[in-house]
Amino acid sequence: MVKALVTVHYKEGILDPQGKAVNNALKSLGITGVSEARVGRHIVLNFPDLSRSDAKAQTEKACEKILTNPVIEDYEFEIVEEEA
Amino acid sequence: MKFGIVVFPGANCDHDAYHAVKHVLGESAVYLWHKEHDLQGVDAIILPGGFSYGDYLRSGAIARFSPLMNEVISFANDGGLVLGICNGFQVLTEAGLLPGALIPNVSTKFECKTVRLRVENTDTPYTGQYEEQQVLQMPIAHGEGRFYTDPETLGLLEDENQVIFRYVDSAGEATMAINPNGSLNNIAGICNKERNVLGMMPHPERACEAVLGMADGLGLFESIREYFTVSA
Repeated sequence: MVKALVTVHYKEGILDPQGKAVNNALKSLGITGVSEARVGRHIVLNFPDLSRSDAKAQTEKACEKILTNPVIEDYEFEIVEEEA
Repeated sequence: MKFGIVVFPGANCDHDAYHAVKHVLGESAVYLWHKEHDLQGVDAIILPGGFSYGDYLRSGAIARFSPLMNEVISFANDGGLVLGICNGFQVLTEAGLLPGALIPNVSTKFECKTVRLRVENTDTPYTGQYEEQQVLQMPIAHGEGRFYTDPETLGLLEDENQVIFRYVDSAGEATMAINPNGSLNNIAGICNKERNVLGMMPHPERACEAVLGMADGLGLFESIREYFTVSA
């Protein structure tokens, strides 16, 4: 089955308070070397009946129309094929 | 005059808004179910606070595609009065009726308290009964109320006097310390260029009666009525 793995995150420069809280927790756990943590959203779309290219077109449409808000967010996605 | 209050699944201030305009202001009011397409001839629309669709995806993102929103958008584009309170403000930005976005509070906390707002512009259908620079008290209750937009849009909002309410301290100053959510320029409410669409995070409908501790919000609804009566 064709799947789209979509990642949505805040645009660079927008303060991400969730990421900041995560970073503070990492520090208090002694996990070192992390300069910044940013929290995004992962969305999986399953396309049982579409080809890769159709799935890609539908995913782009979904991202532009509802999955992301272009004022604050960027997105990227990957189309993968998995055995059903 | 007739107010319409849009009811989304997960709205929770729809009754407060209904009560404010019907029983306190004394005008007629109807609920507009989000799945309908009929605005029932209302003169002004309120998008109430709450958690439409559980705030899934982003606040207001799914409500924005409710069937009734097509009519609300046409109504607004024809100059109709549309007021979005809290979640309603989030819906208006998602729908593109207002610029910018409301993102999680810098504190990462849900902020539920009384705030002070300065009226920045009385030349709108929503603020005509207030004094310029008047400081009002109203409650806020939101987790995602940080107004954000790109610097260019922010400059335009300021230049065009579209910032209507700002969070201020007891001296009426818009300080960073008093900013409850990290909003750019302490913005609590903005209107569109045409001034018929207003979005605000604080809740005027919960501040309309002395018995509730605050009555400063009533002026906003009185302003709407005054504007409507004069322009009708």
